[in-house]
Amino acid sequence: MMVIPRVSSMEKTVILSTLQTIPGRTIREHYGLVSGSTIRAKHVGRDFAAGLKNIFGGELKGYTELLQESRSEATERMIAQAEQMGANAIVNIRYATSAVAPGAAELFAYGTAVFTE
Amino acid sequence: MLNLLIPIILLVLGYLIGTLLEKRHFESLRDREKKLLDTPVVTFDELDPATNPDFAYFQRTEFAQGSVVVSVDYFKQFLAGLRNIFGGRVSSYETLIDRARREAVLRLKESVPGANGIANMRIETATLSGSGLGAVEVYAYGTALYESALTCATDSGQTM
Repeated sequence: MMVIPRVSSMEKTVILSTLQTIPGRTIREHYGLVSGSTIRAKHVGRDFAAGLKNIFGGELKGYTELLQESRSEATERMIAQAEQMGANAIVNIRYATSAVAPGAAELFAYGTAVFTE
Repeated sequence: MLNLLIPIILLVLGYLIGTLLEKRHFESLRDREKKLLDTPVVTFDELDPATNPDFAYFQRTEFAQGSVVVSVDYFKQFLAGLRNIFGGRVSSYETLIDRARREAVLRLKESVPGANGIANMRIETATLSGSGLGAVEVYAYGTALYESALTCATDSGQTM
Protein backbone atom coordinates (compact mmCIF):
# COMPACT_ATOMS: atom_id res chain seq x y z
CA MET A 1 0.00 0.00 0.00
CA MET A 2 1.49 3.27 -1.07
CA VAL A 3 1.36 6.27 1.18
CA ILE A 4 -0.15 9.13 -0.74
CA PRO A 5 0.85 12.58 0.45
CA ARG A 6 -1.81 15.24 0.67
CA VAL A 7 -1.39 18.43 -1.30
CA SER A 8 -1.50 20.61 1.80
CA SER A 9 1.56 18.92 3.31
CA MET A 10 3.74 19.07 0.27
CA GLU A 11 3.95 22.68 -0.81
CA LYS A 12 6.54 23.52 1.84
CA THR A 13 9.75 23.10 -0.13
CA VAL A 14 8.63 23.81 -3.68
CA ILE A 15 6.23 26.68 -4.29
CA LEU A 16 3.42 25.75 -6.64
CA SER A 17 1.65 28.35 -8.70
CA THR A 18 -0.71 28.58 -11.64
CA LEU A 19 0.65 32.07 -12.30
CA GLN A 20 3.54 32.90 -14.58
CA THR A 21 5.40 34.65 -11.80
CA ILE A 22 5.46 34.45 -8.02
CA PRO A 23 4.54 37.76 -6.37
CA GLY A 24 7.28 39.11 -4.13
CA ARG A 25 9.92 36.97 -5.80
CA THR A 26 12.04 37.18 -8.92
CA ILE A 27 12.61 34.27 -11.23
CA ARG A 28 16.35 33.78 -11.65
CA GLU A 29 16.48 30.67 -13.73
CA HIS A 30 14.21 28.53 -15.90
CA TYR A 31 14.70 24.77 -15.90
CA GLY A 32 12.00 23.90 -18.40
CA LEU A 33 9.04 21.57 -18.35
CA VAL A 34 8.36 19.23 -15.47
CA SER A 35 5.48 16.80 -15.44
CA GLY A 36 3.99 13.99 -13.45
CA SER A 37 1.26 11.55 -14.25
CA THR A 38 -0.59 8.65 -12.77
CA ILE A 39 -3.17 6.22 -14.06
CA ARG A 40 -5.75 4.94 -11.63
CA ALA A 41 -8.29 2.21 -11.92
CA LYS A 42 -11.34 2.21 -9.72
CA HIS A 43 -12.09 0.08 -6.74
CA VAL A 44 -14.79 -2.62 -6.62
CA GLY A 45 -16.24 -1.50 -3.28
CA ARG A 46 -16.37 2.11 -4.35
CA ASP A 47 -17.85 1.10 -7.64
CA PHE A 48 -20.68 -0.74 -5.95
CA ALA A 49 -21.52 2.27 -3.79
CA ALA A 50 -21.31 4.48 -6.87
CA GLY A 51 -23.73 2.17 -8.67
CA LEU A 52 -26.29 2.70 -5.90
CA LYS A 53 -25.71 6.44 -5.95
CA ASN A 54 -26.31 6.41 -9.65
CA ILE A 55 -30.00 5.78 -8.98
CA PHE A 56 -30.45 8.78 -6.70
CA GLY A 57 -27.81 11.14 -8.04
CA GLY A 58 -25.57 13.31 -5.91
CA GLU A 59 -21.92 13.39 -5.03
CA LEU A 60 -19.78 10.27 -5.27
CA LYS A 61 -17.44 10.94 -2.36
CA GLY A 62 -15.36 7.81 -2.94
CA TYR A 63 -14.54 8.98 -6.42
CA THR A 64 -13.83 12.54 -5.34
CA GLU A 65 -11.27 11.18 -2.89
CA LEU A 66 -9.84 8.68 -5.35
CA LEU A 67 -9.22 11.33 -7.98
CA GLN A 68 -7.87 13.76 -5.43
CA GLU A 69 -5.35 11.17 -4.21
CA SER A 70 -4.30 10.37 -7.74
CA ARG A 71 -3.85 14.03 -8.54
CA SER A 72 -1.74 14.51 -5.42
CA GLU A 73 0.45 11.67 -6.57
CA ALA A 74 0.88 13.18 -10.04
CA THR A 75 1.74 16.50 -8.39
CA GLU A 76 4.25 14.76 -6.10
CA ARG A 77 5.98 13.23 -9.10
CA MET A 78 6.15 16.60 -10.79
CA ILE A 79 7.63 18.13 -7.61
CA ALA A 80 10.20 15.33 -7.34
CA GLN A 81 11.30 16.07 -10.89
CA ALA A 82 11.61 19.77 -10.13
CA GLU A 83 13.62 19.11 -6.98
CA GLN A 84 16.02 16.97 -8.95
CA MET A 85 16.67 19.90 -11.24
CA GLY A 86 17.37 22.15 -8.27
CA ALA A 87 14.24 24.23 -8.67
CA ASN A 88 12.44 25.81 -5.73
CA ALA A 89 9.20 26.67 -7.50
CA ILE A 90 6.95 25.45 -10.28
CA VAL A 91 5.03 28.11 -12.18
CA ASN A 92 2.18 28.00 -14.68
CA ILE A 93 0.93 24.60 -13.52
CA ARG A 94 -1.80 22.95 -15.54
CA TYR A 95 -3.72 19.72 -15.07
CA ALA A 96 -5.22 17.42 -17.62
CA THR A 97 -7.42 14.35 -17.24
CA SER A 98 -8.07 11.67 -19.79
CA ALA A 99 -9.86 8.36 -19.79
CA VAL A 100 -7.33 5.90 -21.18
CA ALA A 101 -9.43 2.77 -20.74
CA PRO A 102 -12.92 2.04 -19.38
CA GLY A 103 -12.66 2.39 -15.62
CA ALA A 104 -9.19 3.94 -15.63
CA ALA A 105 -8.24 7.57 -15.73
CA GLU A 106 -4.98 9.35 -16.29
CA LEU A 107 -4.22 12.44 -14.23
CA PHE A 108 -1.47 14.57 -15.65
CA ALA A 109 0.18 17.61 -14.10
CA TYR A 110 2.72 19.81 -15.82
CA GLY A 111 4.45 23.11 -15.25
CA THR A 112 7.68 25.04 -15.57
CA ALA A 113 10.39 24.52 -12.97
CA VAL A 114 12.13 27.73 -11.95
CA PHE A 115 14.52 29.06 -9.38
CA THR A 116 13.21 32.13 -7.54
CA GLU A 117 14.64 34.52 -5.01
CA MET B 1 -44.15 -7.98 -15.04
CA LEU B 2 -41.21 -7.71 -12.64
CA ASN B 3 -38.99 -6.66 -15.51
CA LEU B 4 -41.21 -3.67 -16.07
CA LEU B 5 -41.75 -2.92 -12.39
CA ILE B 6 -38.11 -2.51 -11.39
CA PRO B 7 -37.28 0.25 -13.90
CA ILE B 8 -40.48 2.07 -12.95
CA ILE B 9 -39.61 1.92 -9.24
CA LEU B 10 -36.08 3.11 -10.01
CA LEU B 11 -37.49 5.96 -12.10
CA VAL B 12 -39.83 7.09 -9.34
CA LEU B 13 -37.14 6.76 -6.66
CA GLY B 14 -34.62 8.53 -8.85
CA TYR B 15 -37.04 11.34 -9.55
CA LEU B 16 -38.17 11.87 -5.95
CA ILE B 17 -34.82 11.50 -4.18
CA GLY B 18 -32.80 12.99 -7.01
CA THR B 19 -34.98 16.11 -7.11
CA LEU B 20 -34.80 16.48 -3.34
CA LEU B 21 -31.02 16.11 -3.27
CA GLU B 22 -30.64 18.56 -6.12
CA LYS B 23 -32.85 21.13 -4.45
CA ARG B 24 -30.88 20.85 -1.20
CA HIS B 25 -27.60 21.07 -3.04
CA PHE B 26 -28.65 24.25 -4.88
CA GLU B 27 -29.77 25.79 -1.59
CA SER B 28 -26.44 25.01 0.05
CA LEU B 29 -24.59 26.33 -3.00
CA ARG B 30 -26.45 29.64 -2.85
CA ASP B 31 -25.77 30.03 0.89
CA ARG B 32 -22.09 29.26 0.63
CA GLU B 33 -21.62 31.40 -2.46
CA LYS B 34 -23.08 34.37 -0.61
CA LYS B 35 -20.61 33.90 2.24
CA LEU B 36 -17.65 33.78 -0.11
CA LEU B 37 -18.65 36.67 -2.35
CA ASP B 38 -15.81 38.84 -1.04
CA THR B 39 -13.16 36.45 -2.33
CA PRO B 40 -12.80 37.27 -6.01
CA VAL B 41 -11.78 34.54 -8.41
CA VAL B 42 -10.25 35.55 -11.70
CA THR B 43 -8.91 33.63 -14.68
CA PHE B 44 -6.12 36.02 -15.62
CA ASP B 45 -2.63 36.24 -14.18
CA GLU B 46 -1.37 39.73 -14.99
CA LEU B 47 0.54 39.94 -11.75
CA ASP B 48 3.46 42.03 -12.94
CA PRO B 49 3.37 45.11 -10.67
CA ALA B 50 4.70 47.26 -13.53
CA THR B 51 1.66 46.61 -15.73
CA ASN B 52 -0.91 45.89 -13.04
CA PRO B 53 -0.39 47.95 -9.86
CA ASP B 54 -3.42 46.31 -8.21
CA PHE B 55 -1.41 43.17 -7.61
CA ALA B 56 1.74 44.80 -6.27
CA TYR B 57 0.86 44.31 -2.64
CA PHE B 58 0.44 40.54 -2.61
CA GLN B 59 3.20 39.00 -0.55
CA ARG B 60 2.43 35.33 -0.59
CA THR B 61 0.77 32.86 -2.90
CA GLU B 62 -0.46 29.37 -2.39
CA PHE B 63 -1.63 26.67 -4.74
CA ALA B 64 -5.31 25.91 -4.11
CA GLN B 65 -7.71 23.34 -5.46
CA GLY B 66 -11.19 21.93 -5.16
CA SER B 67 -12.86 18.98 -6.80
CA VAL B 68 -16.10 17.07 -6.85
CA VAL B 69 -17.58 14.04 -8.58
CA VAL B 70 -21.32 14.28 -9.17
CA SER B 71 -23.46 11.47 -10.45
CA VAL B 72 -26.60 11.66 -12.51
CA ASP B 73 -29.77 10.02 -11.18
CA TYR B 74 -31.79 7.33 -12.90
CA PHE B 75 -34.60 9.65 -13.91
CA LYS B 76 -32.25 12.17 -15.52
CA GLN B 77 -30.53 9.43 -17.38
CA PHE B 78 -33.90 8.37 -18.71
CA LEU B 79 -34.78 11.95 -19.71
CA ALA B 80 -31.46 12.34 -21.47
CA GLY B 81 -32.13 9.07 -23.27
CA LEU B 82 -35.42 10.51 -24.56
CA ARG B 83 -33.63 13.68 -25.60
CA ASN B 84 -31.24 11.61 -27.64
CA ILE B 85 -34.11 10.63 -29.90
CA PHE B 86 -35.40 14.13 -30.63
CA GLY B 87 -32.28 16.20 -30.07
CA GLY B 88 -32.12 19.60 -28.44
CA ARG B 89 -31.05 20.90 -25.07
CA VAL B 90 -30.48 18.32 -22.37
CA SER B 91 -31.49 20.50 -19.45
CA SER B 92 -31.36 17.65 -16.93
CA TYR B 93 -27.63 17.34 -17.55
CA GLU B 94 -27.14 21.11 -17.61
CA THR B 95 -28.15 21.38 -13.96
CA LEU B 96 -25.84 18.48 -13.08
CA ILE B 97 -22.80 20.15 -14.67
CA ASP B 98 -23.78 23.49 -13.14
CA ARG B 99 -23.90 21.95 -9.66
CA ALA B 100 -20.56 20.25 -10.12
CA ARG B 101 -18.76 23.37 -11.38
CA ARG B 102 -20.16 25.61 -8.66
CA GLU B 103 -19.34 23.06 -5.97
CA ALA B 104 -15.75 22.68 -7.20
CA VAL B 105 -15.16 26.44 -7.28
CA LEU B 106 -16.70 26.75 -3.81
CA ARG B 107 -14.43 24.06 -2.43
CA LEU B 108 -11.49 25.82 -4.01
CA LYS B 109 -12.49 29.03 -2.22
CA GLU B 110 -13.21 27.22 1.06
CA SER B 111 -9.78 25.58 1.04
CA VAL B 112 -8.08 28.97 1.42
CA PRO B 113 -10.09 30.83 4.10
CA GLY B 114 -7.74 33.79 4.60
CA ALA B 115 -7.03 34.52 0.94
CA ASN B 116 -7.67 37.93 -0.59
CA GLY B 117 -8.40 36.42 -3.96
CA ILE B 118 -7.64 33.60 -6.34
CA ALA B 119 -5.86 34.27 -9.61
CA ASN B 120 -5.55 32.26 -12.78
CA MET B 121 -8.27 29.81 -11.89
CA ARG B 122 -8.74 26.93 -14.29
CA ILE B 123 -11.55 24.37 -14.47
CA GLU B 124 -11.00 20.85 -15.67
CA THR B 125 -13.92 18.55 -16.45
CA ALA B 126 -13.68 14.81 -16.92
CA THR B 127 -16.33 12.17 -17.44
CA LEU B 128 -16.17 8.96 -15.47
CA SER B 129 -17.75 6.25 -17.52
CA GLY B 130 -17.89 2.48 -17.63
CA SER B 131 -20.28 -0.10 -16.19
CA GLY B 132 -23.28 2.15 -16.72
CA LEU B 133 -21.95 4.92 -14.53
CA GLY B 134 -22.93 8.44 -15.49
CA ALA B 135 -20.74 10.74 -13.46
CA VAL B 136 -18.67 13.82 -14.05
CA GLU B 137 -15.63 15.12 -12.20
CA VAL B 138 -14.91 18.81 -12.02
CA TYR B 139 -11.55 20.03 -10.77
CA ALA B 140 -10.96 23.71 -10.10
CA TYR B 141 -7.49 25.00 -9.32
CA GLY B 142 -5.78 28.32 -9.00
CA THR B 143 -3.36 30.43 -7.01
CA ALA B 144 -4.53 31.98 -3.76
CA LEU B 145 -3.16 35.47 -3.06
CA TYR B 146 -2.38 36.83 0.41
CA GLU B 147 -1.56 40.38 1.43
CA SER B 148 0.61 39.35 4.37
CA ALA B 149 3.71 37.19 4.18
CA LEU B 150 2.69 35.35 7.34
CA THR B 151 0.43 32.35 7.45
CA CYS B 152 -2.91 33.87 8.27
CA ALA B 153 -5.27 30.91 8.28
CA THR B 154 -6.50 31.78 11.77
CA ASP B 155 -7.29 35.47 11.37
CA SER B 156 -9.55 35.11 8.33
CA GLY B 157 -12.19 37.76 8.17
CA GLN B 158 -10.29 40.24 10.32
CA THR B 159 -8.01 41.30 7.50
CA MET B 160 -10.89 42.70 5.45
